[in-house]
Amino acid sequence: MNERARGNSILGMWIFIATEIVFFGVLLLSYAIYRWAYPYGFAEASGHTQLLKGTLNTAVLLTSSLTMALAVREASTGRPGKAQSVWLLATAALGAAFLVIKGFEYRAEFAEHLVPGPGFVYPGPLRGQVEIFFKLYFTLTGIHAIHLTIGCLLVLWCARAARAPIEGVGLYWHFVDLVWIFLYPLIYLVKRCG
Amino acid sequence: MNDGPLIPFWPPAASTSAAAVDKLFLTLLAIAGLVALAICCLILFFSVYYRADRPGGARGGPSPSNALWLEITWTSATLMIFVWIFIWSAELFRAMRVPPRGALELFVVGRQWMWKIQHQNGRREINELHVPLGRPVRLTMTSEDVIHSFFIPAFRLKQDVVPGRYVTEWFEATKKGVYHLYCAQYCGTNHAGMIGRVVVMEQGDYARWLAHGSAPAVAPFDSGRATFAKLGCGACHLPSGFGKGPSLAGIAGRRVELSTGKIVTADETYLREHILYPGRVVVAGYRGDVMPSFKDQLTEQDVMNLIFYLESLKPEP
Amino acid sequence: MKSYLTDGVTVRSWLLTRDHKRIAWLYLTAATFFFFVGGTAALLFRLELLTPHADFFGADNYNKLFTIHGIIMVFFFLIPSIPGVFGNFLIPLMIGAEDVAYPRINLLSWYLYIGGGLLAMAAILLGGVDTGWTFYTPLSSIYLNTYVTLAICGIFINGFSSILTGLNFVTTIHRLRAPGLYWHRLPLFIWSMYATSVIMILGTPVIAITLLLVVAERALHLGIFDPRLGGDPLLFQHLFWAYSHPAVYIMILPSMGVVNEIIACFARKRIFGYSFVAYSSLFIAILGFLVWGHHMFVSGMSMYAGMVFSLLSYLVAVPSAIKVFNWTATLYRGRITLSTPMLYALGFIGLFTMGGLTGIMLAALPVDVHVHDTYFVIAHFHYIMVGGAVMGYLGALHFWWPKMTGRMYPDNWGRLAAAILFFGFNLTFFPQFILGYLGMPRRYHAYPPELQVWNVLSTAGASILGVGYLLPFAYLLWSLRWGARAGPNPWGATGLEWRKTSSPPPTANFEESPVVTEEAYAYE
Repeated sequence: MNERARGNSILGMWIFIATEIVFFGVLLLSYAIYRWAYPYGFAEASGHTQLLKGTLNTAVLLTSSLTMALAVREASTGRPGKAQSVWLLATAALGAAFLVIKGFEYRAEFAEHLVPGPGFVYPGPLRGQVEIFFKLYFTLTGIHAIHLTIGCLLVLWCARAARAPIEGVGLYWHFVDLVWIFLYPLIYLVKRCG
Repeated sequence: MNDGPLIPFWPPAASTSAAAVDKLFLTLLAIAGLVALAICCLILFFSVYYRADRPGGARGGPSPSNALWLEITWTSATLMIFVWIFIWSAELFRAMRVPPRGALELFVVGRQWMWKIQHQNGRREINELHVPLGRPVRLTMTSEDVIHSFFIPAFRLKQDVVPGRYVTEWFEATKKGVYHLYCAQYCGTNHAGMIGRVVVMEQGDYARWLAHGSAPAVAPFDSGRATFAKLGCGACHLPSGFGKGPSLAGIAGRRVELSTGKIVTADETYLREHILYPGRVVVAGYRGDVMPSFKDQLTEQDVMNLIFYLESLKPEP
Repeated sequence: MKSYLTDGVTVRSWLLTRDHKRIAWLYLTAATFFFFVGGTAALLFRLELLTPHADFFGADNYNKLFTIHGIIMVFFFLIPSIPGVFGNFLIPLMIGAEDVAYPRINLLSWYLYIGGGLLAMAAILLGGVDTGWTFYTPLSSIYLNTYVTLAICGIFINGFSSILTGLNFVTTIHRLRAPGLYWHRLPLFIWSMYATSVIMILGTPVIAITLLLVVAERALHLGIFDPRLGGDPLLFQHLFWAYSHPAVYIMILPSMGVVNEIIACFARKRIFGYSFVAYSSLFIAILGFLVWGHHMFVSGMSMYAGMVFSLLSYLVAVPSAIKVFNWTATLYRGRITLSTPMLYALGFIGLFTMGGLTGIMLAALPVDVHVHDTYFVIAHFHYIMVGGAVMGYLGALHFWWPKMTGRMYPDNWGRLAAAILFFGFNLTFFPQFILGYLGMPRRYHAYPPELQVWNVLSTAGASILGVGYLLPFAYLLWSLRWGARAGPNPWGATGLEWRKTSSPPPTANFEESPVVTEEAYAYE
């Protein structure tokens, strides 16, 4: 890719990321509003999330950002060899691992009747508030998972295509990771920090 | 309502606010008219005076294409006029929003597709609002389903009614007569049918009208007191405050500390929230999982009456 | 000589094109179609309003008609039209580039527009949607059982068209300018399109997610906006207007950009106060994100929030006023030709000024309490959207037609149509100001009998408007075959698109890459 086209693709990706920030920002705003309104319910609901799996997922995603950065570094040498493909495949694999762990998490929450809707069961007067927490939880993590899946596909495309915009995809990947960094404490750590 | 001029240009002005709003609007109309006229005249004049195909040759020629003094002048002038209008309108808005003391309290419930109004002695009406002349009236309103809007053009008055909360507006009627009542927020199929009449009567006539309701009406106060007794509220809400729930003596308007440390005012919306959704917010020092919800046993009207009763409970001496 | 129009004649070469000029034609075709769909809906419901009673359509069908009119006109005409048609056609030409930064994404934008539009049309044909284009909850999320989700899906997909177009334009303007074309030498149309693109990029995701939440509420009973489940219906209004107010600037800024180009050409003068006009576009874009609450003064919002939004609304009006003053000053000592495009541009200034001044009235809180949700507001925004944006669109169409097609249309027909439109427009919408202050609410198919006179006048105007819009459709199409051939610069205008390439241009835009050495609007 020539210098000019590279610059164009990076500028374009930054602008796209700006739109994504607004997109996720609205959801985070909704979360903030309802957490401010129902602090007790949110604290209690957060205690029922799968902390171990969530923390493991955070480590997985952070590592995937490392492998992505290493892949981009290989590309910037101008003579990318097999190392670039290795790092890219590792990134995609870690992304897939995240999705698998998330799948187990959803399954556990389904078993505990924490999926909002007719099957939702929770004792006590805070039921309504806990349900709102989980509605936001599934919406936020669901949309994040969709973005992550698209990211995995983009990374695989970069591994296969010679002229793929790898820096742009790297930016997108880091952004998806960053969204998770915000989601993690909001979902898992509401009550669990002293 | 129907004996105005053949072609109406202006709605009747029948409240204390109407004249003030009209004055503001007419001033804005005059300013807008002048500015629009000036711009249009300049454009027309320039288009003709400086036209390129003028027989004697075009009049236009080289001229500067910017002038900082001009930009600053017209920008500041515009800004100053706008700020002046803003101050005037904000002042008037504040006055229109804050009801005077001693206003007559009426309750309004909107639902698809009718307005239900209840007067202080319990007399009810549908799609009609009878009010006395020359006395401030305060409406406490809510919706049973979707968002509606209670709109009386003759009073220059409008307020959206939202499900799940109470809103208030107030007015003081200044002219006898019958005026339009509309729903102004699209609410489904029969939105255009959610209309009615506002009847302004002399105070004596209003008192007589109030007393001669068609069915024996229960005053909101009595209805609320009966509900309070029937549902056994006093069993937990001991006046001493040592019961399972906080004391309700003097509750209306009291500052309450919640379990989260936040301090709120116990207004009508707060009371309604606690009656219908007790676990949502918990008062400091009390448990949040004891009070049952009465959502399925009370209509919106019942809740309003109960609150009316609660407002009468005086604080302990 | 090969032009972009003759460079490939198969349907495939058009539907899979990467040429920004051909994509502009794709947008023009689709936008024209949607305009007539939305316009027909308007004519139909204005027919109902001829009498105070429900004669023609009945309540439900009437509600569907005004909803369709709003959704199609806002999302499928006003927002995509000037950016999609003239932004696409002109931006690369005006900056001396071969194409936009991402030509394939440009084509994708059109397909997203069409895809979204097809879903919206499906919602209409299957039975309609009757939420109003504003989709207020809980009405739209819980109580209505028309094709709400389908219509929202159409709007959602169309939103990505908007985002990608904005992204494309910003990158193009930043990185593809010809040598010597500094920011302060750019035509003001480019400044306007840049500001518009910023709004498209940052505002559209908000409506995307908001409408997604409404669908989630309908399908999954999410309860975000349902008070019975602890949700807040007003949250929807804040989120909705947080996009839809900036959206109105997406709809008007491009037209303002067009007006600059036309006035400079037909007054033979530089635009007065170039820097002020350029920066005013950016100020409008930024301030436009801060005033959404003025749609909610009577919603139950606090009194003090209302005052803040009122003050900010006054501030956002100032840059628009600055533009109007500068355009008027441009005419002073000009050499003015009243061609068809010039008539549209001057009409724009007058009607936009009237619309904008009524906006000042609406920003005054006590006045808004009275006229909110009445015909006064309808008249206000139609003065800006139709008297402003659509006039700008038609002016652009008539100004750049020779460049796009290589043909001239008969100017007398053009001026006649402009005059008919101006008259029809005022007859339609001025009575609505009076109706609004009298208290006639919006979205009513039946009304008190004493209001009939004004409604009849408005419907009469609407039929004249309808005829007026058919005229350009007819003679512009006629000109494609029988119009006089146009040279590279029939208007004698400045700008790279006029002076450095033929009419119509070749696919690669310029025979040799231009280098810019002078300011914009270098008339003498």
